[in-house]
Amino acid sequence: MPRIEDYIPIVGGAIIDDLRLLAERLKGKVIQQINSASVGGGVAEILNRMVPLLRELGVDTRWDLIKGGEDFFEVTKKFHNALHGRDETITQRDFDVFIETSQKNIEEVNTYGDIVFIHDPQPIALIKKKSNNKWIWRCHIDVSNPDQRVWGFIKNFIGNYDSAVFSTPGFSQALPIRQFLIPPSIDPLSDKNKELPQEIIDSVLSKYAITKDKPIITQISRFDRLKDPVGVVEAYLRVKKYIDCQLVLAGGTATDDPEGLKVLEEVKEKAKEESDIHILLLPQDDIAVNALQRASSVIIQKSIREGFGLTVTEALWKAKPVVASSVGGIPLQIKHKYSGLLCHSIEGAAFAIKQLLNSPEYAKKLGSNGREHIRNNFLLTRHLRDYMLLFLSLYHPEDVVYF
Amino acid sequence: MYKLIKAKEPFRFYTRLNLSELLGLKALNLIELLEIIKNVPGSSIYHHTHRFLQQHQYLSPEPPNDFAYWVSEVLGEDELGEKLASIDTIQFSTIRGLREKIIATIEEHLKDHPQAKLRFARKEEAFHFIKSKSFILPTNYVAYDLGEFIEILKKITIDSIYFHIFEARLRLEKGTNDFSHWIEASLDDKKLAYSISRLDPYTYTLEDLRIKLIKIIEKRISI
Repeated sequence: MPRIEDYIPIVGGAIIDDLRLLAERLKGKVIQQINSASVGGGVAEILNRMVPLLRELGVDTRWDLIKGGEDFFEVTKKFHNALHGRDETITQRDFDVFIETSQKNIEEVNTYGDIVFIHDPQPIALIKKKSNNKWIWRCHIDVSNPDQRVWGFIKNFIGNYDSAVFSTPGFSQALPIRQFLIPPSIDPLSDKNKELPQEIIDSVLSKYAITKDKPIITQISRFDRLKDPVGVVEAYLRVKKYIDCQLVLAGGTATDDPEGLKVLEEVKEKAKEESDIHILLLPQDDIAVNALQRASSVIIQKSIREGFGLTVTEALWKAKPVVASSVGGIPLQIKHKYSGLLCHSIEGAAFAIKQLLNSPEYAKKLGSNGREHIRNNFLLTRHLRDYMLLFLSLYHPEDVVYF
Repeated sequence: MYKLIKAKEPFRFYTRLNLSELLGLKALNLIELLEIIKNVPGSSIYHHTHRFLQQHQYLSPEPPNDFAYWVSEVLGEDELGEKLASIDTIQFSTIRGLREKIIATIEEHLKDHPQAKLRFARKEEAFHFIKSKSFILPTNYVAYDLGEFIEILKKITIDSIYFHIFEARLRLEKGTNDFSHWIEASLDDKKLAYSISRLDPYTYTLEDLRIKLIKIIEKRISI
């Protein structure tokens, strides 16, 4: 696990000095993070990185989990989908299951922190235990267009928190409490983002029979309609008429997701006549994803809806020219024509890819701008800084705080 | 040869760290944008006119503010975007003055181009209003003369440079930047103080500004 000093060559020593200055101001406070899982999923991934680093900085950070049975997590999965705006049948029984399990957790989980930091809807009802301590609700999901019944249900809890945190401005909602914007981040030292020797990149290409003599266009995403893989193939076919290139569509396996399997079949059907399309069902293989991104000439993210879009962050960090839809957190990362190209259609995506493949200097400039933008705004060190500022904000309501 | 003199008062470098607070207000067209600009706290106008400097260093000096970027790139109102981008921020010593200028620029455009009212952003591309919550902390860097000052300037964060040049002057309504103020008051060097205060910092990236400041001071002390 990397230590805080390991980030100095990437972000500079002065940035780490600032983190230490903030950590000093949090001396004596206990920060208690609570979520529902210690492994699997983005929240656990980020906490696994952040908690040790906060501790190393001297911030007394602890991490607790709520418990729940299969029925509880089935309900919270439904809630998650409904909050994302997907059609879900939610029954009164679902709400009852949520309340029953929450009640058990209220009885069993000790909320000892000076600051209790609750992640996502699963542990949200713990707020009933609020005493004189401070409580934050961290929303990691896209609630820009939520199912109103589920949103109304969880909103009753949110109103009792001191502050809420969202990942992009579009996810915020009218709430009676203060709301802060803290985008997620990537860890430049993780397997998915660290520098790779050329031999490893080459071996991954060779493993998947991808050649180096034609430009590679890549989308890394699970096979989900909202990621529009069929649209990506269509855009690629439009480019292919003019430029000999390859397409890589790589994503997680979808064996437990019937809809995902259907989408995968549609993509295969669409791509069957074209030998330069590589459809890769990657298991959890961060090094392979890293290598594919690094080997790409252009990276595409043609999502119809998106959370923050961390695959875009990863691509920009590798200084790759990116073509992406203007949805979710993507516009925070890409300023059109400065750090990448935004698109709104298949035709637009195809045109942008052609522009980048035909103008390598322009593509290079966008890529290098993109990397600097990520370095300044979307690395783990910025995330640590924002969280410490958030903790301090609970004790300092004014707009300008002097220490 | 310029003699390095010890300052009457040493200069302590501070850093300024921002947390973005969402106001829950959004605009889909120019009329909504204008109405909200009239009513949001000054710290929101500050956020949207200065955020680019810190978050998009490589883009500065253009586009210098969120309003200009959104009006041009989302609404497609290039003429108004250009006018908003070219507002001479350095001329305004208060956020109030800057807000009034932005309002007047949009109102004038709407008067001359009434059809601009008909342009709407897609819901996903709405303009969301945010304000900056600033935390100002003393660093451990202290300079007693210009030699030490240059050495520190070379290594401090751009957030610190930003604080002493932009935030001190505009948001805190000090009228000048902290560096010029210290050089004049504690080192009695009016000429150097003036060379720094007459810079238009909005036309540099923060890294370029750091280099420029170092050059100006090095030139002065090499005389």
